[in-house]
Amino acid sequence: MGTRALKTEEYFIETEPYYESVGDEIAIFEAAYKQKLPILLKGPTGCGKTRFMEYMAWRLKKSIITVSCHDDLTASDLVGRFLIKGGETTWVDGPLARAVRTGAICYLDEIVEARKDTMVVIHPLADDRRVLPIEKLGEIVQARDGFCLAISYNPGYQSVLKDLKQSTRQRFIALQFNYPNSELETGIIIKETGVTPELAAKLVKFAVMTRNLKGSGLEEGASTRLLVHAAKLIGEGVTPVLACHTAIAQALTDDHEMLAAINELSSSLF
Amino acid sequence: MPPGKPLTTGQIEAQLDDYLEVEFSFLKTVAPAAVLATLKRQEQDYIIDWVKRVASTNIQLAYQFINQAVTALDQLDRRTIEAWALYAMDIYDQRGLHPALAIIQNVERFVKESHERAFGSVLEEEIGILLHFAHGLSGRKLKIESAETAYTDSETVFLPPVTTLLANRNDNFLCYKAMVACLWAQSRFGTFRIPLNEILGQQQHPEKFLPLFHAFESVRLEAGIKRELPGLFRDMVHIKQQLAIAEDDSWLELTRALRSPGATVSDALSMTHQHIMQLVAPSPAVYHGILRPELIEICLRARLEKEKAALRSALIQMADDMQSDVTESDRQSLKFKAKRTEDPAEPDGYRMSITLDDQPLPLPPDIESLLTSIQQDLGDIPDDYLVPAGPGDYDPDYIKEQEADPDEVWQGTYHEDGAFLYKEWDYQRQHYRKNWCAVREKTVGPVYDDFVSKTLSRYSGLIKHLRKTFEAMRDEDKLLKRQVNGDGIDIDALIEALADARDGSEMSDRLFTHMHRAERNIAVIFMVDMSGSTKGWINDAERESLILLSETMESLGDRYAIYGFSGMARKRCEIFKIKSFDENYDNEVKARISGIQPQDYTRMGFAIRHLSHKLNEVAATTRILITISDGKPDDYDNYRGQYGIEDTRRALMEARRDSIHPYCITIDTEAKDYLTYMYGDAGYTVVDEVRKLPLKVSDIYRRLTT
Ligand SMILES: Nc1ncnc2c1ncn2[C@@H]1O[C@H](COP(=O)(O)OP(=O)(O)OP(=O)(O)O)[C@@H](O)[C@H]1O
Ligand SMILES: [Mg+2]
Repeated sequence: MGTRALKTEEYFIETEPYYESVGDEIAIFEAAYKQKLPILLKGPTGCGKTRFMEYMAWRLKKSIITVSCHDDLTASDLVGRFLIKGGETTWVDGPLARAVRTGAICYLDEIVEARKDTMVVIHPLADDRRVLPIEKLGEIVQARDGFCLAISYNPGYQSVLKDLKQSTRQRFIALQFNYPNSELETGIIIKETGVTPELAAKLVKFAVMTRNLKGSGLEEGASTRLLVHAAKLIGEGVTPVLACHTAIAQALTDDHEMLAAINELSSSLF
Repeated sequence: MPPGKPLTTGQIEAQLDDYLEVEFSFLKTVAPAAVLATLKRQEQDYIIDWVKRVASTNIQLAYQFINQAVTALDQLDRRTIEAWALYAMDIYDQRGLHPALAIIQNVERFVKESHERAFGSVLEEEIGILLHFAHGLSGRKLKIESAETAYTDSETVFLPPVTTLLANRNDNFLCYKAMVACLWAQSRFGTFRIPLNEILGQQQHPEKFLPLFHAFESVRLEAGIKRELPGLFRDMVHIKQQLAIAEDDSWLELTRALRSPGATVSDALSMTHQHIMQLVAPSPAVYHGILRPELIEICLRARLEKEKAALRSALIQMADDMQSDVTESDRQSLKFKAKRTEDPAEPDGYRMSITLDDQPLPLPPDIESLLTSIQQDLGDIPDDYLVPAGPGDYDPDYIKEQEADPDEVWQGTYHEDGAFLYKEWDYQRQHYRKNWCAVREKTVGPVYDDFVSKTLSRYSGLIKHLRKTFEAMRDEDKLLKRQVNGDGIDIDALIEALADARDGSEMSDRLFTHMHRAERNIAVIFMVDMSGSTKGWINDAERESLILLSETMESLGDRYAIYGFSGMARKRCEIFKIKSFDENYDNEVKARISGIQPQDYTRMGFAIRHLSHKLNEVAATTRILITISDGKPDDYDNYRGQYGIEDTRRALMEARRDSIHPYCITIDTEAKDYLTYMYGDAGYTVVDEVRKLPLKVSDIYRRLTT
């Protein structure tokens, strides 16, 4: 084991990411940002939350630090820790501390996956104090202007244990994301992959079929992301039915009957 | 072991007489014994073993089996013999002796049918896929059931039990799929928007009218399928080719207009009127099924009323959710409107949504489906559907999907709606009996008396103590020292390392402390014996135990549920909910514990299977199923004795295979032998005095989980 690799990316986005607005989310985000309010993105997986954050970072000309939370992620992973180099101890800021000090956007993806102690460091940042306590340094860091905390949360599938606590959710401006309507979604697939409009429309139709199955055997229907994947495979010459099977059906379930049924649906459609 | 010498007729006869209880049944076994005597020893043993197994189910059946088996022996391989015997026993379980005897007596038919099964498509096997398939298609969620022929009543798709028309299994499956799609298309493309049954009643020649209308309408529906599901349409063409169904050109020409996207059911209807005297309907393709206008009418009428009620009631709910203090008169004046939004993907070309004061109203998924269903029937949302229901307009029970009342099944004719069916292990047959136990879930009726408070005060000292010990077991965070990696610095290790470095020796890299968080991720179900034998102080001790247990579990934080079980023969297996995983330990749950009353017998297998199933639905790393019981498995049918023990053991094996840890706490001091057999050496505790049970249960749980 070396030093623990943190799943963070920090970057400044120079070219405009492609983001298709589905409602008034851009205006609300901007308003919240101006008022220094933290933001909660709710919605099913693969519906454009990450893409939206990248777009907003570009639009606001801010660098963005993304942390994908997982069940081993601790407060230290966010705030920072001591390292020892050549007999000396040095403190290294974690991604959240870096964002706080430099006034960047910090996006914590799937926050409920993280360990509970991470909430403790987020709370003071998410109310009007906007401070990050760094216990190990005995410091309290005031967030620089421009710092913005955004977290994402999928209310659909987490267990009750991992529900976001009221005390957490009531600190955030909530933006609900959903699958775009058929027309928009078709447009997104065309832009992202260059497939023909007919094919894109069929893929969207297929997605709707799988979404019909939500709650009767599937936890979630196919996300926009999966459609993009399937379209990319088809662009490489894979047949639509096979692409739907590998890129979509297999990603949605392991259940044999369900896989077979989804295959029947795609072979009916194409 | 090498096979011994063949048995003689006398030896075989003696064995058969024993298994067939000839003393009482007066069956003659000489003839079959003589035939068996000519076989090799291995074959003799094999057949005799199967006779024994079948005899454990029914002696007559076994007697017929042996007689048939000896004559059919050279045509049948072992696999077929086994399948045949097991199938006959299944039929015996399901339908009784005579149908089972028919299976045994007609071995040729069994062979033929198993052949059909091999290349035909069997609904029972494919229903899971077909149902998902139907749900994936848009519109109202259809159910699938088995019937003589294919048809729909607009809510359920009925399909024949086997399809064997085509040459191979795959094509036969495609045929099922086409049936589902064609019957789905009737709802989807608005076949039910004309009062077909009424129209049929007005016809002079209804017997001509219906097939012709069905033929025209099928053309229109197939064209719709071709547009929406071109892949499936190709399959339908393929099926037609296989069956050599050709459509003649004049028919194709005549029906051209019905294929255009704008064609409606009225077009099919007027063509029927126009041609009824001079045209005979071409015979329908298999997958079109038949039309049952009378059933559709009944179903539709009930649905229209119900859905109207449901929508009007839902509007109230939504209005209340939007603003909290609406008065009754406010409610009545709310302006709900239906709005059409263009959507080329819909057959109507639009989809319906609802606005309130011209603002679009976000609809929960169940209301979305409701709108879709109404639109499918009517093409629109009529204005009188959009008037919020007044108080008392509808009985809330009318709108809700009726959940079967578990006690009601015993009134009137018995039925198995709403029951969970579980298999049971028959050790003599060495096979499961399929769908053997009908399990129903009930909730223990709460009793609000002073039992809980009395228990709490009687054991207050113990509860305090247990709580403390349980609290100590909570997610304990441990600080691990001298780690290669970690959140903090291990100062002691660092100083040593620096000293080492100064000395010139190698410096350790284990310089960190790491906070190890042991998260208890445990889910446990307590399965409580509620059989009649617990009456009296055992029942009191059980209830006290549960109170103590819950009090202490609350301080531990593990997820837990409590269910009681009891049964009266296989058709009346009952699971009593006391506390589900989702429920809190609140006054209602306390009152349910107080309300636990002894019921009937101790059938255990079904309870283990049912609760294992529940455990499997919980996301947890460790799953435990703890049985609290007072004795052996027992029921008043044949569950007594070895049978019950073997089935329980089997159910526990199944649970372990699903990574559930079963454990048993019993007060039966004679239990050692059978419990070791069922739960293994370390899988149970015997509490030797009933009054100690409350003290022990929590303690045992603590030991189990640390
Ligand atoms: N509105 C949109 N505009 C452009 N692309 C989109 C949009 N919505 C979805 N996509 C496409 O879907 C893909 C997945 O989106 P994204 O990664 O943002 O999902 P997400 O909501 O962050 O999912 P998760 O919750 O799993 O992290 C993107 O890569 C993009 O191709
Ligand atoms: Mg994302």
